Amino acid sequence: MCDTCGCSSEEGAVLRKPGSDDFHIHIGEEDGHHHHHHEHDHDHSHHHGHDHSHHHGESRKVEVEQDVLLKNNLLAERNRGWFEAKRVLALNFLSSPGSGKTTILEKTIPMLSGEWPVAVVEGDQQTTNDADRIHALGVPVIQVNTGTGCHLDALMVQRAIRELDLQERSLLCIENVGNLVCPAMFDLGEAARVVVISVTEGEDKPLKYPTMFHHADVCILNKTDLLPYVDFDAEKCREYAMQVNHHLEWIEVSARSGEGLDRWKTWLTSRLERL
Amino acid sequence: MHEMSIAMSIVDAVSDKARQEGCSTVTGIDLVVGRLSGIEVESLKFCFSAAARNTPAENAELLIEEREAAGRCEECGEQFPVASYHVCCPSCGKFRVRVISGEELAVKSITIE
Repeated sequence: MCDTCGCSSEEGAVLRKPGSDDFHIHIGEEDGHHHHHHEHDHDHSHHHGHDHSHHHGESRKVEVEQDVLLKNNLLAERNRGWFEAKRVLALNFLSSPGSGKTTILEKTIPMLSGEWPVAVVEGDQQTTNDADRIHALGVPVIQVNTGTGCHLDALMVQRAIRELDLQERSLLCIENVGNLVCPAMFDLGEAARVVVISVTEGEDKPLKYPTMFHHADVCILNKTDLLPYVDFDAEKCREYAMQVNHHLEWIEVSARSGEGLDRWKTWLTSRLERL
Repeated sequence: MHEMSIAMSIVDAVSDKARQEGCSTVTGIDLVVGRLSGIEVESLKFCFSAAARNTPAENAELLIEEREAAGRCEECGEQFPVASYHVCCPSCGKFRVRVISGEELAVKSITIE
């Protein structure tokens, strides 16, 4: 049972808003896949839970030819169309946990302030810790708690942006759940994917998780201020990343010291000016 | 563990299709999984049996056809089979390969009654 509202939802994602303790919305109440099973039980309960023989007629084969992710992909395209019409640049930030995605956002937001409005969707299994950090900067933010889920999907983003009053010609940063595997498969409707890797990880990450790097548009190498203290070959890492995706843009930064953030800002503003 | 979401998407898709066809039971699912689709087949099979519980696909047999992937070199145009995204062209040795097939993940057909 949900301990906030007492409803029976145990699975499924929840939206939360920092500073509003009462605010929480369960995703999938009306359109998620967890609940149609109940509807189905009403219609066909005689088929379940006991052995039965099939006397309902002949079995037949039906062509389907349908992408398994069709539902997500259609929703993602709806999000994308909405972003384009509203002239919002939506970026999907992906990395392992602890690579510094939130810190990069904390530095990016003040860098753009006064020039471009920014809003943020934070994805984590639990807590509003990351959303609280963004909220402290005074920009609109929604936390998606995925519960047991390991990635954001297009429905979660659609529901989250409904709660954000996105401005025309603005930047939407979607910080995905820290995970280099699962989020790669789920289109959210973003204009570009930004994968973050830090120098405290292995330089062979692009080879270990090629799907993620292959589908990214930009790679930010973060924590470069720590390079003198770690055995991380930045050039080698870049080479591996480019071997997996030769169209990848490569930007080295230290979100902590600010080094390299000017290049990141240049990339961002060039995309924003095209809105 | 995205295979669980994928398994649930499969169950949703085939249950909807069966209902559209006026049937209440799915007995077989033919699935195409490309080598670069990002799906671990064994893990998907495991998740499917859990995801299908109490649905029209509860007793469905999941038949998986795994498809090889192919790439084309953007440098020299050579076409060849690939096993991952980290691949260099066997003809010119450049890492500038575009994957042209093997990313599919689709329900091909279902058997219903």
